[in-house]
Amino acid sequence: MISQLFILSSKGDRLVYRNFRGDGGDDVTDAFYRAVTSLPGDRAPVFMAREGRHFVHVRHGGLYVGVTTTADTSPFVLVEFLNRLVTLLREHCGTLSEKSVSVNVALVHELLGEMVDFGYIQTTATEVLRSATHGEPETTKAFSLLDLRSVGLFGAETQQSKVAPGSITNRPVLPPRGEQPARSELFVDVVERLTVVIAANGTPLKVDVQGEIRLKSFVPGGCELRMGLTEELSVGTEEQRGYGRLPLAAVAFHSSVDLEEFEQERVLRVTPGPGEVTLMRYQLAEDVPVPLPFRLLPSVEWDPAGRLRIHLKLRCDLPPKQGDPTLCPPSPPSSHAINVVLQLPLPREASSLAQELSSPEQTAELQGGGRCLRWAIPRCQGGAQLGAVFRVQLPPTPPLGLGPAALTFELPALTVSGLRLRCLRLSAPPGAPPAPPQRWVRHLTHSDSYVVRL
Amino acid sequence: MPYLGGEEALRDLRRALSNPHVQAEPLRYRAAVLRVIRLMTQGADVSGLFAEMVKAGAAADVVQKKLVQLYVCAHAPRLPRLALLAVNTLRRDCADPSPAVRGLALRGLCDLRMPGMQEYVQQPLLNGLRDRASYVRRIAVLGCAKVHRLQGDAEVDGALVNELYSLLRDQDPIVVVNCLRALEEILKKEGGVVINKPIAHHLLNRMADLDQWGQSEVLAFLLRYRPRSEEELFNILNLLDGYLKSSSPSVVMAATKLFLVLAREYPHVQADVLVRVKGPLLAACTSESRELCFTALCHVRQILGSLPGHFSSHYKKFFCSYSEPHYIKCQKMEVLCELVNDENVQQVLEELKGYCTDISVELAQGAISAIGSIARTYTEQCVGILTELLGLQQEHITSAVVQAFRDLVWLCPQCTDAVCQALPGCEDIIQDGEGKQALIWLLGAHGEKVPNAPYVLEDFVENVKTEVFPAVKMELLTALVRLFLSRPAECQDMLGRLLYHCIEEEKDMSVRDRGLFYYRLLQSGVDEVKRVLCSPKSDPSLGLLEDQTEQPVNTWASEFNTLAPIYGKARWALVTAHQPGEPCYAFSPSTDSGNRGTESLISEGSKEVLKVHPDTGSLTLIPDVTLTAEQFEKTWLSLDVGCQQSLPWVGTVHPDTIQTALHVVHIRTIAMSKAGVQPWKAYFIAQDDSGCLFLTELLLEAEDSGMQVAVKQSEAKPEALQAFMSVFRTAVEAVAGLRS
Repeated sequence: MISQLFILSSKGDRLVYRNFRGDGGDDVTDAFYRAVTSLPGDRAPVFMAREGRHFVHVRHGGLYVGVTTTADTSPFVLVEFLNRLVTLLREHCGTLSEKSVSVNVALVHELLGEMVDFGYIQTTATEVLRSATHGEPETTKAFSLLDLRSVGLFGAETQQSKVAPGSITNRPVLPPRGEQPARSELFVDVVERLTVVIAANGTPLKVDVQGEIRLKSFVPGGCELRMGLTEELSVGTEEQRGYGRLPLAAVAFHSSVDLEEFEQERVLRVTPGPGEVTLMRYQLAEDVPVPLPFRLLPSVEWDPAGRLRIHLKLRCDLPPKQGDPTLCPPSPPSSHAINVVLQLPLPREASSLAQELSSPEQTAELQGGGRCLRWAIPRCQGGAQLGAVFRVQLPPTPPLGLGPAALTFELPALTVSGLRLRCLRLSAPPGAPPAPPQRWVRHLTHSDSYVVRL
Repeated sequence: MPYLGGEEALRDLRRALSNPHVQAEPLRYRAAVLRVIRLMTQGADVSGLFAEMVKAGAAADVVQKKLVQLYVCAHAPRLPRLALLAVNTLRRDCADPSPAVRGLALRGLCDLRMPGMQEYVQQPLLNGLRDRASYVRRIAVLGCAKVHRLQGDAEVDGALVNELYSLLRDQDPIVVVNCLRALEEILKKEGGVVINKPIAHHLLNRMADLDQWGQSEVLAFLLRYRPRSEEELFNILNLLDGYLKSSSPSVVMAATKLFLVLAREYPHVQADVLVRVKGPLLAACTSESRELCFTALCHVRQILGSLPGHFSSHYKKFFCSYSEPHYIKCQKMEVLCELVNDENVQQVLEELKGYCTDISVELAQGAISAIGSIARTYTEQCVGILTELLGLQQEHITSAVVQAFRDLVWLCPQCTDAVCQALPGCEDIIQDGEGKQALIWLLGAHGEKVPNAPYVLEDFVENVKTEVFPAVKMELLTALVRLFLSRPAECQDMLGRLLYHCIEEEKDMSVRDRGLFYYRLLQSGVDEVKRVLCSPKSDPSLGLLEDQTEQPVNTWASEFNTLAPIYGKARWALVTAHQPGEPCYAFSPSTDSGNRGTESLISEGSKEVLKVHPDTGSLTLIPDVTLTAEQFEKTWLSLDVGCQQSLPWVGTVHPDTIQTALHVVHIRTIAMSKAGVQPWKAYFIAQDDSGCLFLTELLLEAEDSGMQVAVKQSEAKPEALQAFMSVFRTAVEAVAGLRS
């Protein structure tokens, strides 16, 4: 049961506030904001008990989206509801930011009125809410860099080899009422997250690949979508799955996905309404070797005066330019990593840094008051090897405890597991639309955590 | 502070809202209404625009209607007379041909939280329950619950309850779920909605039509059902099997809880369910949503409490990621400590060792104490790692390691030698009080094994004048006296100096008292000192006890998928202890509402009573006393009056108000006369945490005679009786004050 719901800006201003049950004063949000800001940085826990209330909140785009609730409510329901609310706000307002919410405040109130009554969740389905709301979304030009989802879509790959710009999905899903949709488009994203720990001797200790197939549709409902996945796919434990080249440990499908052809053909069938859904979540089996995109070869020299010379060699093991033409569909023409950042914690506070980098676009700096070295590489081609030498001045004590190094990066147009969409067909409903919808397929891998021990 | 408008802005808005040109243009009219809502959300007082806003609600624009409703509902409790203006418009809209407008108006009508609404709402509500459109029925069903809540303790309308029960068979799934929710609230006093066999099976059959929210909720309601036979139980479990694989974690968890609770007598079924839920829980633990991840981790810990080995083979999933927020890393380290076993201990320790050098001081110290707690089982390896960490010579690390050593030596005496060898050198690095205390304790308790212990303590004695933490000085006194017993020659001189300082120069009282205590103790002879101080230096049995905390699943099954596992046991007890429960609302139908609604007055009154509570010292009244009227009568007749008092009272009594006020302080009503009867009588029961019953009679003979209170007590405890009287008096006076 939800007692109150609120959206606060990062400065604590109330953008939206609903009191569903009529209990408690209106100063609830102040109590919440005080509690959140009294904790440093990312410490604010998701659940907080303050002044006899339970607060649950999520943070997106700099906004606090939170509710107060009673103790016997399922925490999973609350968290899932808040996440769903955030998705719906994105769908209806384009992006999620202080500006877009305050511009669309009437629409947001309308949505909340239909979603929750007397603290009970009624519905969160995009189509139902669409028919029950009457306001028009107003778009804002603001583009928030904090919005991770929009950052992740660069260098998109489509069947027509066209590139969809990252911000194209940042518009409301619903066309203004009474107008034909400007473009009917369909986005399918295969996004994988890579969690890796590599031991000091170079052997991978933990490789965890989690993937999602997301569908964002701007097409009016009624079309059936057939989506063919890589045929080598197999699901289940070691005994069950046989000899597939792409074994998945666990798969969960959205309830709207028709799996009739999945066992045989690896085809997902779905009839999407407008809006965003996660069709499939999967996890790669742990015992499968995955080619790791990066290798780090460090060498550290130390002299007693406290000078530390760190020589780092970073090798990008992505397939170089020419892909294997026999693959279907052919692998992308070039594979590369972007926004590569290496962070290396230092044992003591360093006072100065001198660097030799292999290209001018790379940068290196000290962070966190000299406790951390940050090396940024905007773009790294597959097969390339980058070298860098850093000289750091430390207080003169033995330099134990260097590392582990953490890498963050994105691999556009590539899934490390090798799962790809073979085909994407859209069958038109009986009253065929004037133009076939534009389809975009994008593959992306980003690093959740890529840690190399030294 | 945001800019809140003020007089100027209000005047502008009023002008805009009443301007006929603005009213003629729907978009401009709506924009003006929207500005009012924005101001309201920011916390400005916009109640002055009530009349204009109500008028704006009569326009045809649906968006505008919704916004106005938001405004009216927020202000109705404070301006009940003006809110009546809105009622007419809403009642008219309840008969609109469009279901959307009908539903909206009905919702608005039920959301007006002010006394005396029942008569306006009743008819539209009944029509709404029988409406053709499911949208309206959904709203009407919840409307019943809203109206009931508004009436407070009024008796339950049997016809309405029957109607709601029959609506459980409605076509629309959301109507069904809403019926359950409404009945639950209306019948709260009688234990909530009754789930009998036909209803349970009906709900099971409707599960597939529901969305994830409905499914989780229905699964929670089914917890109440007790299958008649083993066969029925397993049929139900079979029907629900699919929900353990749902793509929504909330449904999976709700189903898990239902399985655990229904199969409480079948441990193998419970174990099987926990195995099957492993996959979804692990997926949630590695979910992209940090919040979901955190929630799942808390539940993993709950399961680990009963099945320590349950997630051991998946230990790598609980390794911290570089980018995760602090609260997730802490949870993961706790999980790692709990699932460690012979096979993975090497890898887990290796991983935790990596966190010990983290940039975040809290995380590093957390990792060290995690290694310390694993050391209770895998002592040798962990002590090795901790000793290695001392080599880093970092202040916060050394301090945390020494603290971990202290706790460890107490539980695992076999590692004492290794620890004592590692200690020298630490004293130069540790700066914080906690760390110093731990080091001094170790040197005092095991000083005979550390060659230079007296000299280290001597340094502390030299610097005692500049020491800021009194706790360190106390620890130093104890340690030095102890060391003196084992190495008298080296310690005698400095012990004298320390005692002199503590007794003659020390300003902190507790340190001085401790100094005097040891001084006198030493005067009584060495044997006496030994008898007092040489207690055992370790207690391995404590470690064993802590390991034996594996609780059976049934102890937490009913708390699974609530907020209890999120806070953890200790914090949960703390959180719930301070919770007075959901605030109570009551309206007595004839209470004259002043310029503010009765609602706020009652709750203020009850707050006052609650504030009195702590002052009453030892008295704690427990919330649910179970005593029937017959039992009460018997007890009442068998006891003597313990206390009699007269409280000032003027006028007639409103039973509901008194009942509510006393209920808030956990005094339950057994019986009372109707309002207006003379003499008016009422009987109450309460029980404190020691089990002592308080039986109370209230008697009002004539209008102006004052209220006679007679209290009988099941055990003679004069103090408790006094405390009870003061609680009772405050509650009754709050009601009396309310009326005058």
